[in-house]
Amino acid sequence: MSVATETAAPAPAKPARNRSRLEHRPGLNRWLPYALLAPAVLLELFIHIIPMLVGIWMSFVKLTKFFIANWSAAPSAGLGNYKVALDFNNAVGEGLLKSFGVTVAFSLITVAFSWVLGMAAAVALQPEFRGRGLVRTLFLVPYALPAYAGILTWNFMLQRDTGAVNHVLEQLHLSDGDTFWLIGGNALISLITVAGWKLWTFAFLTLMAGMQSIPRDLYEAASVDGAGNIRQWRNITLPSLRPVNLVLVLVLFLWTFSDFNTPYVLFGTAQPPAGDLITFHIYNASFLTWNFGTGAAMSVLLLIFLMIVTGAYLLVTGRRSRRA
Amino acid sequence: MRLRSLVAAVAATALGISLAACGGGDSDDSSGGGSGGDQTLTYWASNQGTSLDNDKEVLSPVLEKFTKDTGIKVNLEVIGWNDLQTRIQTAITSGQAPDVVNIGNTWAASLQATDAFLPFDGDAMKAIGGKDKFVPTALATGGKEGTDPTSVPLYGLAYGLYYNKAMFAAAGLQPPKTWEEMVAAAKKLTVPAKNQWGMALAAGSYTENVHFAFINAAQNKADWFNADGKPTFTGDGNVQGVLRYLDLMQKDKVANPSNAQYDNGTKSVNDFATKKVAMVINQNNADSSIVANGMKAGEYGVVPFPAPAGGEQVASHVAGINLSIFKNTKHKDAALKFVNYMTSAETQTTLGKPFASLPVLKDAKPVFTTDEAEAAVFQDVYNTKSKPLPLVPAEDQYESTVGKAMNAMFAKIATGGTVTADDVKAALKTAEDQVAASS
Repeated sequence: MSVATETAAPAPAKPARNRSRLEHRPGLNRWLPYALLAPAVLLELFIHIIPMLVGIWMSFVKLTKFFIANWSAAPSAGLGNYKVALDFNNAVGEGLLKSFGVTVAFSLITVAFSWVLGMAAAVALQPEFRGRGLVRTLFLVPYALPAYAGILTWNFMLQRDTGAVNHVLEQLHLSDGDTFWLIGGNALISLITVAGWKLWTFAFLTLMAGMQSIPRDLYEAASVDGAGNIRQWRNITLPSLRPVNLVLVLVLFLWTFSDFNTPYVLFGTAQPPAGDLITFHIYNASFLTWNFGTGAAMSVLLLIFLMIVTGAYLLVTGRRSRRA
Repeated sequence: MRLRSLVAAVAATALGISLAACGGGDSDDSSGGGSGGDQTLTYWASNQGTSLDNDKEVLSPVLEKFTKDTGIKVNLEVIGWNDLQTRIQTAITSGQAPDVVNIGNTWAASLQATDAFLPFDGDAMKAIGGKDKFVPTALATGGKEGTDPTSVPLYGLAYGLYYNKAMFAAAGLQPPKTWEEMVAAAKKLTVPAKNQWGMALAAGSYTENVHFAFINAAQNKADWFNADGKPTFTGDGNVQGVLRYLDLMQKDKVANPSNAQYDNGTKSVNDFATKKVAMVINQNNADSSIVANGMKAGEYGVVPFPAPAGGEQVASHVAGINLSIFKNTKHKDAALKFVNYMTSAETQTTLGKPFASLPVLKDAKPVFTTDEAEAAVFQDVYNTKSKPLPLVPAEDQYESTVGKAMNAMFAKIATGGTVTADDVKAALKTAEDQVAASS
């Protein structure tokens, strides 16, 4: 980066000389962009591409505890790992399917919850008022807090006997204070609450930034024409935010679908069936039962699913945008 | 074929880089270097004391003495339980392993199957003092039956039933000798109005749960694997054993349903130490936490975890920590000397108290407590009333699948559901299928 600016800066002063220098070194001219790109490409290769290829290779071999010490010699499994993962009559496949269902429900509700909350907060904080800056900063706390600290605090609050949540519910006479939040069916509600609590501020931040770019005179004209707040929001804010929303919803969905931190910190290694998210399920399949081949096959299936969803989403929304 | 080796080569490079970045390469400095060809061993110790730092404090003088005696330096790293298994897996995969490592003894057969550890065959066993020095049941945990073990016992642990003497005396009760007596006492000591319960269970901890599934089934003379290493989880003895343990919360109602959230043994021990419950079943290293939480030595007693009348007298699995040497060590002789030193009578005595462990050597006396009666109970359970968890490669899968099935069943009971023998059988069938599908 700095090389580029250094060579570009003196250019206007001595244009002729500079050009001739480059012309005399056609090799450098041709290779410079590649040389500048190389570190990024290399890093991308080692951080993303190679691990992904290794993962795909792993999904086709019998990589169990018997082979991990000499894993390049693991025998081929053909499509065996995929068959095990997709055989829904078998315990492993059935477990994966259940966990997929839990993840879909978790992901859709969390995204909806985060978006609605983020939008409401962004709209509420549009008008100028005293202390607006402070409130905005407060709203960003969940986003700024390290994930581990935030989720662990929730874990304390959701304990049955000692947690603040049950205590507050009891004080408000909403329950007898004996509700389990971290085991049984309520585990999914807890998971959505905690993940939503972390995510909605990102939605808020993005939507608020998007709203800043909507011209004020649109609202002024609308209010002169007698449009109320709700109509203004529906006919001006929402359409103007369309490009922001398209990206936001997709990003939120991908994040929630592949969320690992929330279940891992909230439940520890023993996740309840109702909170068995797919990434955590795959982690258990790989690391607790030492079956890295099947775990890798499950990961590849998840990757394919997310690619299909993303592709379809972009196709549909792109087509609609063009029509609009 | 060519593609596979290419992928393997690229992947190996990638893994090497990422692992080096994670600091897994500390065994590099053990490769000779240093001053004048001194040897340095890398040793990963599991967390036994009250904290990782406490472990370092306890172990450092012991390791210094070893260096003084032999000239071999030891590079120590203490690893918490939650990370240990993953760290070992990574070390096996990358080859960037320490020379010597502590393992949970229940993992021994599973780890042996990876072929990454040095078998203690005739010569290696002789170098560490011969197999006759160990308690036979403890040494049996070292690997699959009929093979040279790839780990040897270091710290022994066993379950015992801790009871509150004052509560028992006030209720006119004697320490229980059978399961039925234990349940009757627990019922008498359960007073929900006072938030007092007969027992505390770590019912949300899959490792604790699987231990009790194992012990209760063993009391029914049931096994979890057949001679061929195939799972036999759904046998009547297994189902009834699991149900008997679940019934402490379900039918007998002597444990607080909140226990279903106790995801480790510490929480149930704390309830006992703070006198909220009259009994807790725990391993002997609970002593330090009980005292640290306010109960005085002498206020509690220990008896073997009882079997039902007529049942097999199995009161514990052979619990504890084993020592393994990685096969690819460059310092085999030094590592053997180190294992010999760590399992010597002297080191066992030094570490027995701070780590509250039972000696794994024949004829050695436990030093973890001054209460002789308690020491005798635990030593007796360890030497004569305990049985190793299944010594099969799929043991790790057995732990996670059966343990988690029990977590789910306890959660169902705690949230108001009912678990019948058929439900237990169905859950164990699922666990069995999972093990079968992934082995």
